[in-house]
Amino acid sequence: MALIDIQDLKIQFITFRGAAKAVDGVSFQVEKNRTLGLIGESGCGKTTMAMAIMRFVKPPGKIVGGKILFNGSDIVAMNDEEIRQLRGKDIAIVRQEAQNALNPVMTIGRQITELILEHEAVTKKAALARAQNQLNLVGISDKRIDSYPHEFSGGMKQRAMVAIATACNPKLLILDEPTTGLDVIVQRQILSMLNNLKKELHLTSVFISHDLSVVAETCDRVAVMYAGKLMEEADTVDLYQRPMHPYSQALIGAYPTLKGEKQKLKSIPGAPPRLIDPPVGCRFAPRCQHVMAVCAETEPEIKQKDGHRVACHLIE
Amino acid sequence: MNQFTNKLEKMKIFFKLLFSHRMGLAGFGVISLFVFMAMFASFLGTVDPARTGAVESILQAPSSSFWFGTDDLARDIWSQTIFGSRISLTVGFVAALITVVSGTLVGLIAGFYGKIVEEVLMRIVDFFMMLPELPLMIVLAAVLGPSMWNIILVVSLVSWPTTARVVRSQVLSLKERPFVEASRCIGAGNIRLMFGEILPNVVPLMFAQAVIMITEAIYAEAVLSFLGLGDPTSISWGMMLHYAFESGVIARTMWWVIPPIMSIVALIVSFSLLGTAISDVLEPGYKEKKGF
Amino acid sequence: MGLKGFILRKVVAACLTIIAIVCVNFVIFRMAPGDPVRMMFRDPRVSAEKLEEMKQTFGLDKPLSGQFVAYVKGLTRGDLGQSFSHRRPVLEVIAAKIPATLLLVVTALVFAILLGVALGALSGWKSGTKLDTFILTASLTMYSIPTFALGIILLLVFAYHIAIFPLGGMATPASLFEGAELVWDVLWHLCLPALSIVIWYIGEYVLLTRSAMIDVMGQEYITTAYSKGLKKFRILKNHALRNALLPVVTITGVNLGFAVAGVIEAETVFSWPGVGRLVYDAVSHRDYPLLQGVFLLFAFSVVLANLVIDLIYGYIDPRIKVSG
Repeated sequence: MALIDIQDLKIQFITFRGAAKAVDGVSFQVEKNRTLGLIGESGCGKTTMAMAIMRFVKPPGKIVGGKILFNGSDIVAMNDEEIRQLRGKDIAIVRQEAQNALNPVMTIGRQITELILEHEAVTKKAALARAQNQLNLVGISDKRIDSYPHEFSGGMKQRAMVAIATACNPKLLILDEPTTGLDVIVQRQILSMLNNLKKELHLTSVFISHDLSVVAETCDRVAVMYAGKLMEEADTVDLYQRPMHPYSQALIGAYPTLKGEKQKLKSIPGAPPRLIDPPVGCRFAPRCQHVMAVCAETEPEIKQKDGHRVACHLIE
Repeated sequence: MNQFTNKLEKMKIFFKLLFSHRMGLAGFGVISLFVFMAMFASFLGTVDPARTGAVESILQAPSSSFWFGTDDLARDIWSQTIFGSRISLTVGFVAALITVVSGTLVGLIAGFYGKIVEEVLMRIVDFFMMLPELPLMIVLAAVLGPSMWNIILVVSLVSWPTTARVVRSQVLSLKERPFVEASRCIGAGNIRLMFGEILPNVVPLMFAQAVIMITEAIYAEAVLSFLGLGDPTSISWGMMLHYAFESGVIARTMWWVIPPIMSIVALIVSFSLLGTAISDVLEPGYKEKKGF
Repeated sequence: MGLKGFILRKVVAACLTIIAIVCVNFVIFRMAPGDPVRMMFRDPRVSAEKLEEMKQTFGLDKPLSGQFVAYVKGLTRGDLGQSFSHRRPVLEVIAAKIPATLLLVVTALVFAILLGVALGALSGWKSGTKLDTFILTASLTMYSIPTFALGIILLLVFAYHIAIFPLGGMATPASLFEGAELVWDVLWHLCLPALSIVIWYIGEYVLLTRSAMIDVMGQEYITTAYSKGLKKFRILKNHALRNALLPVVTITGVNLGFAVAGVIEAETVFSWPGVGRLVYDAVSHRDYPLLQGVFLLFAFSVVLANLVIDLIYGYIDPRIKVSG
């Protein structure tokens, strides 16, 4: 059984102009000990997905349909207390912008121990030892346990966030653009730290990013989202080498390769559709190079082909 | 012309939002009532509020000849109440005008020029803000002598720094905006930049500040008058309370005390509701939330 | 710059402010139109010789610079001049009234801060609900009613019509109460004046705490706290409230000036024998030296209280210890 199984999830944001379909019928699964990358342009609904798994969708947003099965139980249907006990213990999240994600008036140590003490019956002393261990694990000296967040650099804050998120050995770790806003060298360090940590703690994770190269080196499988819809999902190497969906092709074509081959970068003409009144057929049709008559009329179903799941009329 | 209609449209939306805000509507309604009272005071069955009467009409309870009764000098309380709105509103509007204009000027100059000019002006502002307002006003009013214009002067002297401070921080952020830079590039001078480009963008803030200042000025006039620093030639609500209090018969003459108290409270509460509504409406994002 | 630098800067700023207050105080009482002595003793019964004598006592026959030196010298010795309505040194008159005012202010502040912060935090935490709207509207109204107007209403209702509280003063006259009885008597007298200040102050604190709370609730670290699966109360206490209280503490200092206004108004309405009532007496007797003294006292206390609050702030906000 997959650790997390998302089935036909629909999330809308109610605005005065109408309901914006931020996530519209997305399904995917993540197996244990695997990492799924979720990529797409900003506003495609990937962060909303992450928030939905934590059940953080707040008004005007609303989960209007679908299921999020975690270990077989539906997160969407849980009551507040059940979801609270899940958060931090079984599902943890590291979000972008760690700059303000730590409480400025609490020491790093307490921010870790309070999590452990909430979910586990251990003594304060034991929790403190665990916290020190966590700091070492993410590459921060345990001497910094009594420091306040403002005494940390941006990279250290993000490390501290990872230390908090993994303190209770969560079954699922959601990483929502964990390296955005950090400089390239620090990004590298955090990524390799995360990769080590995943092996060490046997983490299952969902990695959200718009950075294809980052996803390439951290994820086993990749799901591509566009305008609230899943376009394509496949194993990482497979997807990068043989993208089937025109959007995936365009996305990969719009990105420089790491090997440095000189290639003309292609940008994707046009802009993502408004989510209040998206196109009737395929949402990518207005920008698609291979658009056909059928694309504007019916929405493509997701089809299985050669290990890919693709939503495109081109696929037989 | 296009710019003008654009501004007009913005104003229309602003007032629509304001009147759909429950506090704004309630505040505006009550204030309108008082403005009406002040404008048509002479036609509302009033006599000269300072005219004393015969001994037998001293401290009369409300009756058909004295709608709100009389005070210890047989003056008509209905008339005093109606005419009192003139004083409160005059003090409120004039003091707010002076305060906001001078405060904005200081804030504009400090924020725009920066460096030493800002440092000096803001130190002065900080100093004034540190002084306890009411004691300072009392001292000034006592030294200057009792008159309505002195009260206006005193209130303005004491309250301009708040406006200066908020305007300055607004100017600091406006100064960095591209349109100011653009204007500077095409050769606009400092004066043109300050008054032509930045000032129009501070106007909504000035408007919000003005309402707050009116509230404070009305309150200040009432307190100063109540403490006996009011103008004896024009009886304000605060003065009425002062006289009632000094008379020593306050317990038996509810009719003397209730009209001024209720007027003061109603007017101040209304202005403060209106002020809250305005700052809500001016809050970034409010317009969008209401669907504009 | 560390905490020490922060403290030093605040102390220096406070000293400069006090010096400026002393100067302003000197200027105000000499900027009056016409002869300051005439103005100061507007009472026509004062004879010409008496006026001359007064001029000499106040040093008003000397040039301005000389007057200033004499005034500052006097101040350093605690000499605030002679109150002519009390016929005693101003300092003595004021000092005798300080305990009563402190009792009133401290009682009112403690109640107002506790209740106001609690209600404001609740309102901000539940922001957007009916409860929030109710607390907000009630506070806005309470905050807008002038203390003296509220005081008079309380006085009329609870002291005259339903006579369950005394008409004013601090103790029942000629009662010869002692010990516990005296304490109860004073507390009984304290209720209405304190209440009239508390009501305004609760409104103030609710509004402050609520907006700080709403601001904090939108911060990233609150989402972090939720993602840790902490219990709601713990998030409220350790994450939201602790951060929301920082701006509340700062603004407390700024608002002390308004508290002084409340004290003057409440003491006047309820004849509470404190420093605030002294203002009213000084105004009605045109006792300028006394008025000047009270003004100085209020200004100094506000500056000192602000200094104390800044220092507390430096202690509770860890960010100050490093950056300053």
